[in-house]
Formats: sequence, C-alpha cells, structure tokens
Amino acid sequence: MDLSMKWLSDYADISGLSADELCKGLTLSGSKVEKYTVEGAEISKVVVAKILDVKPHPDSDHLVITQVDAGTGEPVQIVTGAPNITAESVGALVPAALDGSTLPGGVKIKKGKLRGEASNGMLCSLGELGLTLHDFPYAIENGIFILQSEDGRELTPGMPIQDAIDLNDTTIEFEITPNRPDCLSVLGLARETHATFDCPLEIKEPVVKGIGGNAADELDVKIVNTDLCSRYMAAIVKNVKIEPSPLWMRQRLRACGVRPINNLVDITNFVMLEYGHPMHAFDIRFIEGNQIRIRNAEQGEKITTLDGVERALSPSNLVIADAKKPVAVAGVMGGEYSGIMDDTNTVVFEAACFDGASVRTTAKSLGMRTDSSARFEKGLDPRMCEGALKRACELVELLGCGEVVSGFIDCSSGVDTQKTAPFDPEWINRFLGTDIPESEMLSILEKLDMRVENGTVYAPAYRQDIEFKNDIAEEIARFHGYNNIPKTIIRGIAEGELTPMQKFTRKLSAAAVAAGAYEITTFSFVSPKSFDKIRLPEDSPLRKAVQITNPLGEDTSVMRTSLIPSMCEILSTNYNNRNESAFLYEIGNEYIVTDNELPDEPARIVFGAYGNKADFYTVKGAVQAVLDACGIAGVTYEPCTGEDDTFGDASAFHPGRCATVSANGVKIGILGELHPEVLENYGIGTRAYAAKFMIPEMFGCVVQPAYKPLPKFPAMTRDLAVVVDEDIPVAHLERALSQGVGKILENVKLFDVYQGAQIEKGKKSVAFSISMRSEEGTLTDEQADSAMKKALKKLAELGATIRE
Amino acid sequence: MKEQLEKILQNATKELEGISDLKAMEDLRIRFLGKKGELTAILKQMGGLSPEERPVMGQLANSVRSRIEQTIAEKTERLRKEAAAAKLAAEKIDVTLPGKEMPIGRAHPLNAVLAEVEEVFLGMGFDIVDGPEVETDHYCFEALNMPKSHPARDTQDTFYISDNVVLRTQTSSVQIRTMEQRKPPIRIISPGRVYRSDAVDATHSPLFHQIEGLVIDKGITLADLYGTLDMLMKKLYGKDTQIRLRPHHFPYTEPSAEVDLMCFNCGGKGCSMCKNEGYVELLGAGMVHPKVLERCGIDPEVYSGFAFGIGLERITMGRYGINDMRLLYENDMRFLGQF
Repeated sequence: MDLSMKWLSDYADISGLSADELCKGLTLSGSKVEKYTVEGAEISKVVVAKILDVKPHPDSDHLVITQVDAGTGEPVQIVTGAPNITAESVGALVPAALDGSTLPGGVKIKKGKLRGEASNGMLCSLGELGLTLHDFPYAIENGIFILQSEDGRELTPGMPIQDAIDLNDTTIEFEITPNRPDCLSVLGLARETHATFDCPLEIKEPVVKGIGGNAADELDVKIVNTDLCSRYMAAIVKNVKIEPSPLWMRQRLRACGVRPINNLVDITNFVMLEYGHPMHAFDIRFIEGNQIRIRNAEQGEKITTLDGVERALSPSNLVIADAKKPVAVAGVMGGEYSGIMDDTNTVVFEAACFDGASVRTTAKSLGMRTDSSARFEKGLDPRMCEGALKRACELVELLGCGEVVSGFIDCSSGVDTQKTAPFDPEWINRFLGTDIPESEMLSILEKLDMRVENGTVYAPAYRQDIEFKNDIAEEIARFHGYNNIPKTIIRGIAEGELTPMQKFTRKLSAAAVAAGAYEITTFSFVSPKSFDKIRLPEDSPLRKAVQITNPLGEDTSVMRTSLIPSMCEILSTNYNNRNESAFLYEIGNEYIVTDNELPDEPARIVFGAYGNKADFYTVKGAVQAVLDACGIAGVTYEPCTGEDDTFGDASAFHPGRCATVSANGVKIGILGELHPEVLENYGIGTRAYAAKFMIPEMFGCVVQPAYKPLPKFPAMTRDLAVVVDEDIPVAHLERALSQGVGKILENVKLFDVYQGAQIEKGKKSVAFSISMRSEEGTLTDEQADSAMKKALKKLAELGATIRE
Repeated sequence: MKEQLEKILQNATKELEGISDLKAMEDLRIRFLGKKGELTAILKQMGGLSPEERPVMGQLANSVRSRIEQTIAEKTERLRKEAAAAKLAAEKIDVTLPGKEMPIGRAHPLNAVLAEVEEVFLGMGFDIVDGPEVETDHYCFEALNMPKSHPARDTQDTFYISDNVVLRTQTSSVQIRTMEQRKPPIRIISPGRVYRSDAVDATHSPLFHQIEGLVIDKGITLADLYGTLDMLMKKLYGKDTQIRLRPHHFPYTEPSAEVDLMCFNCGGKGCSMCKNEGYVELLGAGMVHPKVLERCGIDPEVYSGFAFGIGLERITMGRYGINDMRLLYENDMRFLGQF
C-alpha cells in the first residue's frame, strides 16, 4: 500500500511529525514501512516562468528565443525548440529549469549557447518533470507544459514548480499483513496513526444531497448466491459529465500509485483507496433488462474484462450479470463493454461484499489479481458498503459531475458480522508477562474504536480480524509497545538432550571432518536426467521419484533418490573451477516413494574425492577411519560389480573397483571409483571416488567400547607368504587365516602382494605378518606352529599354497 | 720418585691443554691413569720405598692422580658442552618452511552456525526434533490455521507434489507433529530444509534452512519469547547485541512479531547496510494461536506457548559476512575452506 502523506493529513493531524518519525512509529506499531519517497525531490531550481517575448532564432528554423520572467527581476533568455512555443505564447506560464537546476533522473541543466544564442536554462515538458498526460490531461505530450491554475491556486513567476503543480507529497510504502485489509486504505492508516501517536483524528460521515427518486425504480438487483455475496448496494448517478478530475484528486491518486483516468473512474479508485472498500461503476446503457443478478457463471460463459482480455468463466466464478450476460467478475474486475465511456450519461455505482475465499480462488484461476480482489480476499465487512457508496456520491456532488438519485439499492443477506472478543485484563497481563493497568488497556481500545461492555470487546466493522482474547492482547501489546514488554527467562527447569541417533550423526560428521573431508550442502531436488547420468538401469526402482508438479525447471523437478548425483555435481563444480583436489561429504536425505502418502526420507552420508593422492585405497582408508571412530566393528568389504540389491545406485561405480561394506554381516555402505561414463557425464576429467553409507543401518552396528586389559605376555609374530589364484580376494585369505589361528590371533597385517616373474601366471603371492598372543601365558613355539599349521590348512581350502 | 710424580703431573697438564676432542681425552686418561698407565707404573715401585717414605709418596701420588682426574673431568665437561652446542648449531633448520599437510576437513558454514544455535538451545533445555520435508497440506498449512483459501498462502510460493502433498514451506509443520506426540511441557527446536519456489539469486534460493522453536507450558508469556530470543542473539553475536520486536501477522501465532537485529554497522542509526532502517529483519515469532493448540488437543485455557522460525542462511551470512547465498550451495573448496 502506497500512502499519500497529504491524504493522510486530511484525516489525522500529523503536523508535529516528520516523515521519519511517522514511519518509525507506524513500523513499531505493526504497519511496516518499506520506504518513503518525496515527490519532486529530484527537481531543484525549476520555477514558474512567464513568457515575455518569443523571437525566431536567426540560425535555425525550428528554434525560438524566448525571454521569460522567472521571478529573478531580470528577464531570462532561454532558447527552445518546442513546437508549441510561438509568438502567441506570450503571457503563458511554463516551467523553466534555470542554470544549475536538476530534473528527474539526475539530469543537470547548465546555461550554454544554442546555435550561437545564449540559453540560460530550459523550458520543460511534462516528461522532463517525470509526469504524464494522466497527471495533467490539459497539457500536451510533445511540447512545453503550459501551466494552468487549478484548484484556485495562484501561479506567480519564480514560484517553485513543486508548489505550483502540487508535486511535493510524500509517498509512504507499507507492507500490510493479510489480516489487516483495513490498513490498505487511507482511513485505516489514519486510525493507526491516531492510535500510535495519540494525534487528533477527524473522520466525517459523508453527506449526499441527492435529487430525490429511488434507484430501485430504474434497476432491479437480486443476489442469487447469498453465500458468496452478503450485500450488494448500488447508487445511480445521472447526467454525468466525464472529464478529468481536479488536481487534488489526481495528485492523491498519483501519490498512491494509481493512474488518473477520468472523474467517475477516479472516484471509484479514490474511494477504494480512502475507505479500503472496492467500488465499481457501470454504464447503465449496457445493463440489459435493467437488471443485475449476483450469480455463479454458467458453463461456457465468457467476459472481456476491462484490460481487454477475453476470459472463459467457470461455474465456480461469481459474476455480476445483467439479464443476458456477465458484466463483471465479482470483486475482481469489470467488463470492458459495460465500463465508463466518454459519452456515458447514467452510471451505476456498486459497493458490495463478496466472500473472500471465493474472490481469491476466482482471481487465481483467472490469473488476474487486482487491487479489488486483494482487498476482498482478506475479508471485508458488509457494513462498510454504505459508507463507501455514500462517499462516492458525495464526491460526485463535490466535483459537480452528476446528479445522485437519492434512494440507494441495498440487498443484504442479513448476516450478523459483528466481531467480539472477551476482555480479561488479568489474563492479558499473565499472557504477555506485563503489568499494564486496566485503564491503559481501556484507553488503547478506545483509540482503536473498540467498545468494551460487560467484559466484551466489540470490534468496529472494519476489524474482521478480532476473534479471540489473544487478538485483544495483541492490540494492547502493539500500542503499549512490543519493546516495552520485559525480557524474561522461561520458568521451570528442563533438560535438553540429543537422541542417541542425533549424537551418532554428530559423531559421524565430526569423524568425517577429522578424516579430512569438507562438508557440502546441496539441493534435495535434482534433474531426472541425473538417473541416466549415474547409469541407473531402465527398470531401477530409484527412477521412481517424488515429482514436483510445479518445479522451477527440469533441473530441480524430482526429489533425489540417491545422494550420489548431488555429490557428482559438486565434484564437477570443483573440478571445473580448477581446484586441484577435493574430498567432500554430505549428510542428507534420500526421498524414497512408498505405498504411503508420504515418502520415506532415510538419512545418508555420501563421500566424494578426486585429485591429489586420492585413489580407491586412500578413500577406503579414510572411510574405514570414519567407521572406526564411530565405533562400527566387524567391517568387511565385498567386491561389487555394478549391481546390488541394497544399492540401486551401484551402477555409478567402476565394476572392477567397487565394494559393498558390511558390519557384522549387515550391509551399510558402498564404496568405489566412479564409472568412467559417470565421470564423462558430469564433465569430471580425472578419476574420482565416492562412497555412500546408510546412517540408520550404521547406527545399528555401533558397538559400545569396553575396556580390555593391556597385554601381560609377549606377542609372537610369524610371517607367511602364500601363492593363490589372482581372483581370490585378500579379504578371503585373511578370513581363512583368522579362522585357522583361532583365539590367540592378535592381528593379521598384509605386507606384500606380488605378481610377476617369479610367480606362475594367473597367480599372486600374498604375504602376511601374523601376530599371536595369549592372555594366559607366554606362547610357546609349539603353540604358534600348531596355529600356523591350522591356518595353512584353511588357506589350502582356497587353493593357497605356501610360497617356497 | 717425587720428581717422577711431578714430571707426570707436569706432562699430563701440558698435554691436556692441547687436547680438543673427547677421543684423545680418553686416550690420554688411559695413558696416564689406566691400569697400565704411567702413574700406575710408578705406584708399582712403591714397594721399594722405606716405610717412612711410603705414606708421603702415597699421599703425593694420590694428589697427583686426583689433580689429573679433576683436570680431565673439567676439560671433558667443557668439550662435551662444546660438542653438544656444535651439534645443535649444525642441526639448524628453516623453521619457516611449511609444515607437513594434515588433512583436516571443515563443517559447512550453515551447519557450523546451526551447531552453535543447537548448543544454546540444548543449554536452555530444548530437545531437537526432526520432521519430514515432503509433508501433507494438513501439517504444512491446515493445522497451522491456513485453510486452502487463506491469503497468507500466497506469501509462501509452494512446491506441490500432489493436491495434498507439498514440500514444506516452513519448519512450523514440526510444531504440529510434536504437539500431537508430546504432552506439555514442550521445549523443542527443529532445524531443517524448507522449500519455496523462488528463483536462485544472491538472496533467494528455492531451498533454504529454518530453525523452528516451540515452547508450550502453563504460564508461558510473550515476555518469555522476548527473553529467549534476546538470549539467543546475545550468545550468537555477543552481549552488546540488541533486538527489537515488531508487530506482524502469522496465521498460527497471535500475537505475532518480527524480530529485528540492530544493525552492527551503524548501531541503529541507519546506514547503507541496513537500508537506512537501523535494523535488519531476522526472524518471525509469536504466541501459538489458540486454534492451533486446540487442534492438537492442548487446552488453550490451561497452556500457552510461543514459537519462532529462524532463517539459518540469514544468520550464517550475517555471521561471516557472506553476500551471496549461492556460494552456500555451490560448495567450492576455496569457499568451504574459509570457515
């Protein structure tokens, strides 16, 4: 809502307040000011000048030399090329930008010479002052602005142009919350100003003289759908004279951001801005059958609205119709055909009240949000219709632009819309944590025009938002001052605690950081193309994603079913930003479609790395360190060739360089080098690695650490090298070894894997260092030999023979 | 014999002067004092002396021995110190060369700030609660007093999955789920991702993070809300931090407030950083609407409560002076490494 300060001061006495004070005070009482602008502030040293003389320019056939009286005592010579300045212009008053003046847009005017003739300034057009023909209909577009005296204003040479044409208002831009449609009006904000600053407020009941007669004799109005229209009032104005509105009205509309059109249209806009209640005007010639019906549109009906667009209506849309067709979309916009025209003679003013939800749905479905619909949809009161209609008729008489038929039409559903709320001062203080005297509360409510009777607050008609005692508490708090409320600490003690899962996730994140990974945050929605990019099979369940029906674009149209594409994107960003290396992790959700209404949102941690010393084993080492730090024991790795029941996104990995990770037999993750095609799809020009773990499953595998005494007896170490088929994974040999050695095994360390000249083709030599220890005593050579023998037996089952 | 002893002392003292390393020193000690050394050789002649001379010579010999020993000890100590100093001098390195890189990662700035906020609230007795991001219309809007036709829905451009399922536009949905599951007293915060169909630019993102807060108990006041948020901001930004409340409207709170932070740059006077307002908009808050409480089976006549929603991006950007929200989601290592 843009508010004219002049208009505001018509009702509230703000004479002692600067714009800054006014804005700050209203902001703190709930009408938030975004900013304010002073009209004509960009204009300086532009004055009213009287043309004394006009002579042709000796060296130009389109320029003329003028002498003007700019109130400076001496005539000022200004050269102009405007076609409307001729010898006949002598005596005319024009805006003159003198030497050193400024104009809108930062334009500076300096004296100079035009074709050899001195020009000590510039005569201005409307456009040069930042104005249009709508603001001054009597002016011309291509030429100097010839000033006229309006509203009885005396124009004298030397007078600042701002004063001459009323270009010195201040416009305050408010952000009004949806519960306060009344503040989308001058009167609403005047009331708030009154309550905030305790300054005098004067709102007069509009007075209409009328010419007798009764509108109902000329127009038959009936509300068909009384659910969606609680009141419909109409007035008839005869013998209208369509012409521009007076300066004061045009100026106020302009300051509020509304373009002046003509007096009758301007009156409807003026009343909407002033009273907050939308109005509409019809030309009665186009109301067929002289009847108005407020009804739902019929299937297939169409209307061309005032903006010239033909719109198909549906039965859910409420319309104002004559005997044959809709003439307006109720509360949204009028029809082009029945609007005010230059030759209109008799006008019907409408002030009605339509259901907010219906107006909102209709405006939305037709894609046309208007000043009118924006007000209706927030909930207006039928009791406001009469004041608005009377004000419009009063303005008609004030402007002398028509004759008002005395009797108004008033159709009403008769619903009681009086809002009340309990008044309980003790409760209010308990609720706010304050100690406000009841007398202060009553004085605040009185300023808000809220009547208190027998413990009940009766809200004025324009305050449809008052329903609960909380609403009254808010009003008290607003004008007592939110910032005068004390700051207290919540009573009672409470213990805040993280859940075990939250603790685990924090530990996981800390371990990832300690292992050298940088945390990333990515969008949860991805492009469906990412499914192809990570090579998901056509029938992969991961392709069945939660779809956004109104996405910003395809790139963000589905909820991710795997975190791997997000990680690939960020690896790619870093690679393409020429960062030498990256080691990243993200903890986030995947969104998995289920049979329920809502998807599952399981938490995952994903790692990604490239560059530097990153290879499969460094990433595996880092990941293992994270698992160790989180207390996940019994971790084993199994080769994965690109297909896995648990990890549908295994397709993203190199089939020869990928492992699934289990803890005590429970699958918890997948790890590997990204598939070359995936790297290519993401524009990553180097080998890159990723790992993904399922956090709930990991959490289930956490083993609480328990103290074990430090060893009392020495360990015994044996080295062992075996030759085995190259396809046998080392992990399997290790498993066999540990089964064979049994309880006394302390650890197995791999120290060499060799393939080459000394080994048969297709085989590899694997060497381990085996440490054994007993808790009961120092091991003997016999014990160790026997254990090694058993180990070799187990290894032999895998085809491994001791290397000679 | 006396002459011989004095000669030994003389020779030893002289030779000791010329010695400059520990090895030569040891050789010298053995030559003079060793089992087969010169002094021992002389002492072996003691047997040939008269009983009167023996004690005199013995004393003299011992004195010579101890003087030589002492001189050797002093000189040895000096040489050892010199050698140690020389070794240290020789081992000098350039301490300005860079250290060996230890790979330590970093938390994302959003999560670093979130962790701080969580610490503050854990300390005030709040639990941390999660809720679904893909949410029903009921929890995201209806139960929060925003029926389908409510104009406030326009201010939250919503991503729809179906007519009845949305990406949550606010973490307030967790309020309802919590009130349905827990009985008062309730103190929770719920951080998480929220979604609105805003195109990406320096200050907007279709995905961002909120931290929802909810307190329900007997006798909770607007003053408690003010005090709680004031404490949070002082803990996050320092004890001189000042906030102000401004009346506002949210369908699920009444009264409602927006909370502004006094501009650090100008101290509330107004400058270019705060768009001349003196304050920067920080978060929304209010007293939980009686209709919302009622719908969750909590009697508004017995209980009251407050709720707030903090934009994590906003406080993170303010904290580190980040001027473009896109950086938070681009995840360039050079950016991530700064926090």
